[in-house]
Amino acid sequence: MIKFNSFRSVNRNLPAISTASLPDIVFILLFFFMTVTTIKEQNLMVENTLPKATETEKLDKRDRIIEIFVGNSTNTHQSMMGSGTRIQMNNRFVAIEEVGDYALQALYQMPEHLRKVATVSIKADVAVKMGIIEDLKKELRLVNLLKINYTTFEGNVFDNQMRVD
Amino acid sequence: MAKHRTTQEVNAGSMADIAFLLLIFFLVTASIETDSGLNRMLPQKNQEAVADIKERNLFEISINNADEIMANREVIQLEVLRKGVTEFIDNGGSNCEYCLGNGTDELSEHPGKAIISIKTERNTSYPVYVSVQNEILGAYNHLRDRESLRLFGVPLEEMELEYYKEETNEERKQLLKEHIEVIREMYPQKILEPETVKN
Repeated sequence: MIKFNSFRSVNRNLPAISTASLPDIVFILLFFFMTVTTIKEQNLMVENTLPKATETEKLDKRDRIIEIFVGNSTNTHQSMMGSGTRIQMNNRFVAIEEVGDYALQALYQMPEHLRKVATVSIKADVAVKMGIIEDLKKELRLVNLLKINYTTFEGNVFDNQMRVD
Repeated sequence: MAKHRTTQEVNAGSMADIAFLLLIFFLVTASIETDSGLNRMLPQKNQEAVADIKERNLFEISINNADEIMANREVIQLEVLRKGVTEFIDNGGSNCEYCLGNGTDELSEHPGKAIISIKTERNTSYPVYVSVQNEILGAYNHLRDRESLRLFGVPLEEMELEYYKEETNEERKQLLKEHIEVIREMYPQKILEPETVKN
């Protein structure tokens, strides 16, 4: 009995568990996220689920890339722009005829030595039809931006064929 | 006065909160970028139509509004497209000593003469177009890798990776560049995309 009592008293005085390592763990998580992610430069205003492809090449040098998003406008933006396929560049909707101008603007913001290696990354949604892509390519040809990249997710192309209509 | 005082431990509980706030801030503002895709070159704007292509050297792929794929006047499934394109390029009709094809009369004479054309209609869906591009690139990559392995013992992709690395020295780069150009010369990518009429 006595032994048992003394055991209990020891138990009651257990020190609080130290939480000092918790910040360290969180900081490790934080640094992990800081290294693998990039800050969002654009707010997506269009639907943007990319198709899949396997024979891809990496676009890891972000400084020479001009991004063009194509897709149906998202619900929040439909009220002012209406639905339908839209083109987004630099956080705004762009009409097809203006694509060239905006692309050139983006090009001239780049440092001189990068201009000749500038790549246009076309980020088009899976629901997009080829008509708008062709118009886009025609506009890019007019301003002589010939290096393009159909940006995709990594994945099997045979998953692409499901029609969304 | 030499009274020993145990130093009070600093309460680090709020440190975790601060770190969590930072973490959540980064989770909200950052995104993992999807930054890979199919590279293509568009033709120059004032390019004249290419004259005189022999019919056997042209591999026509058309995708209609219902996303059906037609290659060389036959409706085919996407799954067999890569094989078809590979056979077409690698046919080796006349004087191609590295081609492994049977050399039939219907397919291309030489990889250097083989031209692939992709026609789409305005209502063709984009993912199908990307898939077709992917299959064509896949066929070329396969053939180029095969020759690269045979001649230099490494796949083309590895050579390209090494070429673009900063630490590779100039001599090595020059050599790699020559090798890469040899392979690209063996299987040049000639992909045409004729403009469609409005429909």
